[in-house]
Amino acid sequence: MNKLLKVSSNPHIRSKATTGNIMLTVVLALLPAAGFGIYNFGIRALLLIAVTVASAVLTEYLYDIICKRTVTIGDFSAVVTGLLLALNLPVSVPLWMGVLGAAFAILVVKMLFGGLGQNFMNPALGARCFLLISFTSYMTNFECDAYTGATPLAVLKEGGSVDILDMFLGKTAGTIGETSMLAILIGACILLITGIIDLRIPGTYIVTFILFVLLFGGHGFDPAFLSAQLAGGGLMLGAFFMATDYVTRPVTKRGQYVYGIILGLLTGIFRIFGPSAEGVSYAIIISNLLVPLIEKVTLPKAFGKGGEKR
Amino acid sequence: MNSAKERLLNGILKENPTFVLMLGMCPTLAVTVSAINGLGMGLTTTVVLALSNVFISLLRKIIPDKVRIPAFIVIIASFVTMVQLLLQAFIPFLYSALGVYIPLIVVNCIILGRAEAYAYQNPPVPSFFDGLGMGLGFTFALTIIGAVREILGAGELFGYYIMPKGYVPVNIMILAPGAFFVLAALTAIQNKVKIIGEKKGKDMSKIQSGCSHDCMNCEDAGCSHRFYDAQAGEKADTESVKEENREKGE
Repeated sequence: MNKLLKVSSNPHIRSKATTGNIMLTVVLALLPAAGFGIYNFGIRALLLIAVTVASAVLTEYLYDIICKRTVTIGDFSAVVTGLLLALNLPVSVPLWMGVLGAAFAILVVKMLFGGLGQNFMNPALGARCFLLISFTSYMTNFECDAYTGATPLAVLKEGGSVDILDMFLGKTAGTIGETSMLAILIGACILLITGIIDLRIPGTYIVTFILFVLLFGGHGFDPAFLSAQLAGGGLMLGAFFMATDYVTRPVTKRGQYVYGIILGLLTGIFRIFGPSAEGVSYAIIISNLLVPLIEKVTLPKAFGKGGEKR
Repeated sequence: MNSAKERLLNGILKENPTFVLMLGMCPTLAVTVSAINGLGMGLTTTVVLALSNVFISLLRKIIPDKVRIPAFIVIIASFVTMVQLLLQAFIPFLYSALGVYIPLIVVNCIILGRAEAYAYQNPPVPSFFDGLGMGLGFTFALTIIGAVREILGAGELFGYYIMPKGYVPVNIMILAPGAFFVLAALTAIQNKVKIIGEKKGKDMSKIQSGCSHDCMNCEDAGCSHRFYDAQAGEKADTESVKEENREKGE
């Protein structure tokens, strides 16, 4: 009769989702793209990825030590940042550029604003744009042992034609991680199945982009052009891995749709009307800046607030 | 002449217009792409600042209180026009490099700020040294920012290539974002120096801008300098009071 009940304080149901676990899953999901990049561009890609990831982690560690803070490298977010940055670099850039970019991402974009959760812009993309503006000729040089010449998007911009199957599989010139749509989609499936991301942002982003290209692309309804625009460049990598970054996306559901639409519009404008063939990274960091405003507008009203005014 | 020295030091160090008062950010960020531009802009502003301070101080008993701002602007604009014509005639390369930012000296808030805060209430000689000190402080800051940006962004200093041969210039430093990076870094360094000095027991109270703590983690919620949530909090309070009243009315 006198059974003792086990008493514990809340929360009674705990999720295993810690920051570290989520970040590890993201790293896992990025591995197909990274692996294909190494297969595609050779051992130098592996070296560049390793150096970039290592310097991202080291920067965060040193910053924590120097500023006498808790060392936060255990949450693997620096690994994700370093990996994403490396996947966004052409294989031919000098190694010190990867180090500089990783240091900039962690130090300036993330840690100076207060560390993980406080940064207003995706660190990896902030660093990519920093490098792109600083070293334009290095960052847009996609020549390497395997491929010479332009990326598929640049070819399209010039009015040439591209092989869609090669683009889907990833056998084209480009940055290390962006070429293979297949590998990125495998990673995206991992994220979707584990529930780390949902389709709200990537879905709205891609649909808006497709509509924009249909309306303003200048090719009408041309499946070849459309699928090349989807598979080319960093659209897939950006939509699934960088636009969905927990810190820099809106938290409200309606806000996420708005965010996706803005992303799609900006990417379309940059790609079709802009002077450069690619615009995903700029689209994402500009949308990152708009996130506080989007959240302010789309904040749901608390129960009992905002009723009829008398 | 003690006050002259005090005024000079005040402008260059204690109340450095760029690093401490954060005034005149527009020319600071826009023209400092090279050390020579920063130096030129700083000296131009110094001349205008010193002369307009003297004249405003001389005329301070004649200018009616109500129209003092337009009067200041007229005096400042006259000097800016003179300096602009002189630059165009004698240093044309600087004139073209600074471009629209020379006429914009008229609305530089350091000049108007010193006129309002100092020259309008003090005799001409201290006012002159106040303007000179502030101007030199501005020149000092602009030259340093320009030099750092030029070294990193172009590998040069005052037009001479000084970096090792393999150096790849970081282009972003001579573009707009670079100005913000360098200004932020230099301001952080000078704040750090002041904090270290304070810890050693030196009196830094006059040098500090504000309390040097971050407002976000400050325990003193009633601090009048607090700039986080201060207004938002007040607004929320009045709204909740209104709501309560409304409920009572019902």
